[in-house]
Amino acid sequence: MVSMRKRPLTPKEKHDRKMTIVYTAISVILALAVWLTVSYPGFKSGRVFAPPQKVLTAFEEQAKTSLIWVHIGASVYRVLVGFGLAFVVAVPTSFLMGWYKPFREIVQPWLRFIRCIPPLAFIPLVIVGAGVGESAKIIVIFIAAFLVMVISIYGGVVNVDNTLIKAARVLGANDRTIFLKVIIPASIPYIIIGARLGLSSSLTTLIAAELTGAQRGLGQMIQEAANYFKMDVVLMGIIIIGVVGLLFEKIVSIAERRLTAWQETREM
Amino acid sequence: MAGNSRDVKVDIKGVRRIFTGGEIDVVALNGIDLQLYDNEFVCVVGPSGCGKSTLLNILAGLDKQTDGEITVDGGRIDGPSPDRGVVFQQYALFPWLTVRKNVEFGLRNQGLPERQVRETADKYINMVQLQDFANSYPKVLSGGMKQRVAIARAYAMNPSLLLLDEPFGALDAQTRAQLQADLLQTWEAEEKTCFFITHDVEEAVLLAQRVVIMSARPGRIKRIVDIDIPHPRTQETRLSQEFSVLKNTIWAEVYHEYLTQRK
Repeated sequence: MVSMRKRPLTPKEKHDRKMTIVYTAISVILALAVWLTVSYPGFKSGRVFAPPQKVLTAFEEQAKTSLIWVHIGASVYRVLVGFGLAFVVAVPTSFLMGWYKPFREIVQPWLRFIRCIPPLAFIPLVIVGAGVGESAKIIVIFIAAFLVMVISIYGGVVNVDNTLIKAARVLGANDRTIFLKVIIPASIPYIIIGARLGLSSSLTTLIAAELTGAQRGLGQMIQEAANYFKMDVVLMGIIIIGVVGLLFEKIVSIAERRLTAWQETREM
Repeated sequence: MAGNSRDVKVDIKGVRRIFTGGEIDVVALNGIDLQLYDNEFVCVVGPSGCGKSTLLNILAGLDKQTDGEITVDGGRIDGPSPDRGVVFQQYALFPWLTVRKNVEFGLRNQGLPERQVRETADKYINMVQLQDFANSYPKVLSGGMKQRVAIARAYAMNPSLLLLDEPFGALDAQTRAQLQADLLQTWEAEEKTCFFITHDVEEAVLLAQRVVIMSARPGRIKRIVDIDIPHPRTQETRLSQEFSVLKNTIWAEVYHEYLTQRK
């Protein structure tokens, strides 16, 4: 829509970027140092934490049989399907709640009630209803992601600056135009916040769901490794979950930058 | 020169506005009678909470009076109309649209052909001298520039009545002086009836042909002062004897109302 002119960086910006890289490096090195320390075989904690070298070996072994990719693939698939369905339902639900009072008044008590219940508490119900297959996990993720997204997006829809709606009215906009051209764009930052929260709670819930029983998936892999006391595999699984989470976060950030470049941001 | 014709543009008769639903009913406007003439520039001053903005919202079609009658060009007000433009104090630009798209917003709602939309937008973006920022988002603009966009957006609809709700209230003194000069110039060039609300008595005297002084709540019209200073007016107009006398008279009345309200 808009061509942002690329300008050369000012010396201060160059310096800031350089410092960011330096601090990130320090951050990673410190984390590795902590890891090396706690996994030192002489320490008690060495029994819990496998050292980096062993974790890497475990990863290489699993990668050779490509079993690791099966686990990652299974988990990511569940998260994406569960989250995707939740997103598709949460967005219109939030707008309906913001726009139609009767709908809001009927649905809001349900949401208030359900949001206090950890999604994992539904697992027995879901297993009886949908078996132990893929759909059970997807349903649990759906519940978790849907709730956080509706709450966050609805918060945005009802907080659209009333002056903007007034301005649109006096510029001849009808209800339809106000909805499409004002309410929706004004809510996009909140939709993105919702997506971010929804993705992270999907991942959290999924792993917990897999720990309670699955054929494959990162949670299942961790559970199984723990049974045989393979702490290197456990730690590898945990790290992979973190990396997957970071990747999701990165994707959301890219979407955010593309969709809300117009937003006023605080100068830090 | 603008503002000579004495045809009645807006006729406000016995307008009252009572806000119910709170703990007590609030009488915001209590019997307003006022006529605005074609192409006239009227400023309204009065203490906070005197109902100035309520009156503007009713004229804009964003609110409705409890009693009384208002006609614009002989017709009753029924909701907002592109013929009655509004400039808000908080600019109210759509932050996700560029300057150009903001100015085009209302034109598109009217379903004008694309070429006309673009040409009209260009004309008014040039009028407020923001052509270099046409493709920028509002976030990169200063407060004064944002308000110029809002003015261009209102003007682009070519309304015959322009309602301005303390448009320069949030700006620093220099920017405000600049925008006042620009607005005067535009008003002198393009004939429109302007209904301008302000806290700033000096601003009112500089811009208006008539200044309406409102009393403290419940809002009534206390006095209307004719400003006979000839147009074109500039910032130098402020230095004249005539200007200070009018300013001091009006200021004293407004201050008196402010004290009344505090009691």
